[in-house]
Amino acid sequence: MTSVTDTAPAKPAFRLTRAFQGLERVIVPALLIAGWEAFARSGMLPPALLPAPSAVLHALGDWVFGFDETTQTYSGHWTRDALASALRVFGGFALASLLGILAGVAIGWSRLFEKTLEPTLQMLRPIPPVSWIPLAIIWFGIADKPAIFLVFLGAFFPVLMNSIHGVKTVDHNFVRAGAMMGANQRQMLTDIVLPAALPSIFAGLRIAVGSAWMLTVTAEMVAVKSGLGYVLWDSYYFLRYDIVLAAMISIGLLGYLSDLGLKAIMARTLRWQQATTVQGRTG
Amino acid sequence: MAAIELRNIVKVFSDKRRGRDLLTLDNIDLDIEANDFVCLLGPSGCGKSTLLNIIAGFEQATSGRTLVDGKQVERPGSDRGVVFQQPTLMPWLTAIDNIAFHLKLKGIAKAERNDRAMEFIDLVGLRGFEHHHPSEMSGGMNQRVGIARALLMNPSVILMDEPFAALDAQTKLEMQEELVAIWQKRRCTIVFVTHSVDEALVLGNKIVVMTKRPGRIREAVNFDLPRPRDSTSPEFNDAKRHILALIREESTRLAQAS
Repeated sequence: MTSVTDTAPAKPAFRLTRAFQGLERVIVPALLIAGWEAFARSGMLPPALLPAPSAVLHALGDWVFGFDETTQTYSGHWTRDALASALRVFGGFALASLLGILAGVAIGWSRLFEKTLEPTLQMLRPIPPVSWIPLAIIWFGIADKPAIFLVFLGAFFPVLMNSIHGVKTVDHNFVRAGAMMGANQRQMLTDIVLPAALPSIFAGLRIAVGSAWMLTVTAEMVAVKSGLGYVLWDSYYFLRYDIVLAAMISIGLLGYLSDLGLKAIMARTLRWQQATTVQGRTG
Repeated sequence: MAAIELRNIVKVFSDKRRGRDLLTLDNIDLDIEANDFVCLLGPSGCGKSTLLNIIAGFEQATSGRTLVDGKQVERPGSDRGVVFQQPTLMPWLTAIDNIAFHLKLKGIAKAERNDRAMEFIDLVGLRGFEHHHPSEMSGGMNQRVGIARALLMNPSVILMDEPFAALDAQTKLEMQEELVAIWQKRRCTIVFVTHSVDEALVLGNKIVVMTKRPGRIREAVNFDLPRPRDSTSPEFNDAKRHILALIREESTRLAQAS
């Protein structure tokens, strides 16, 4: 009985699954946006306080393409603003990745670095990056530099912590096997410890790229006169919540794209891992 | 001159939890000749792996001298190939890159590395799998890569630490046969750690029976039964009876002592 009901409608069920697979990613956002639109149009809140998604989309469209100047001075300037933020993210993130991996591998591998370097870094870690803003402004002024500095602070520690962890948890039998095959100290690091620690390092990089976007926007609200964060804060002063929301969406979208890019690099680099992990499962 | 000379090896581990020292190897004295296939046979905890690790250079003896080809062992090196209990392959490298890893460390160009590694891929019967990662192969295949990796370095001795312990019975038999064939073809010195009497008798031409903690050499048995060996033949069983008697004697002695 069961077998009949299970197998008989196989073909239509299969089609339904296919159709659902295309839709599954958009169901939740679509419902959220529809609910929001309905709520905004119901008039329970003044439209100035809660712009409808259609209004936000309008503002975003004008900001990007400049078709009717509803976003006034920002009209058509989205690319410039997004690029300004993205460059800060990239600059701070690249610097943090480089130094974080270097310091993390050194601390994880060498007792000397662990003893000399780690206590200082661990003491700096709990200080919120945002609390460096006053110093960042008096040291670097109002421009790209304080923003890059803040992004660096926010991105450095996740990379550092995960690199230390990755190196410290390398199976010591890999190190033995390397020594057996004649690896010197440098080769042990570059050819064995570093590749073995990569999955952990990538986990750190992904956390870091998220922090990087958060801190770019924070810095732009306070210490910089350009970028998506600046537009967001400036629009708030002019009570343009549609632009505020358009900026928030832009930041979310760019952050998501950065993570997708990083994930693609990670999938390529860690292809060897796929057969043994949940991530690599095909079902 | 013997290929490996162990002189009065003593190994003491400090057992911090019990707050006292643990004598693991007690005065081991052993000569292993070139081209010997020696099986170190003993129950778990007898220190046979520790002895292997001392020859490999992974661990230092508390006292005593370890010489390989007349040279004092101080650290691990490619003159001693090790096959681990778990294959311990680099998971990010393919089979061929794992086998050729020693050549990469020596700075040899990719084309030559692959050329030389292919010979060993064929030797262990893995043609067609050379570009697979360890996670895409079975335990037996991975252990073949581990053996090929050790052989490629052309070491004076190969040290094997229960390499077939994790394999199923059938794969284990195949691997034992292949290992004997490789040993006969390439004429190398092998030290093979095992706790299985049958495995020792199938593989070794010298079987060193060790006692339970502290590890001592009970007896080194020469076993020159022609190959391929029939594990049901009278000669095989005579030797098995002798070794089992040694082990039983030992456990009775321990039972009386305690």
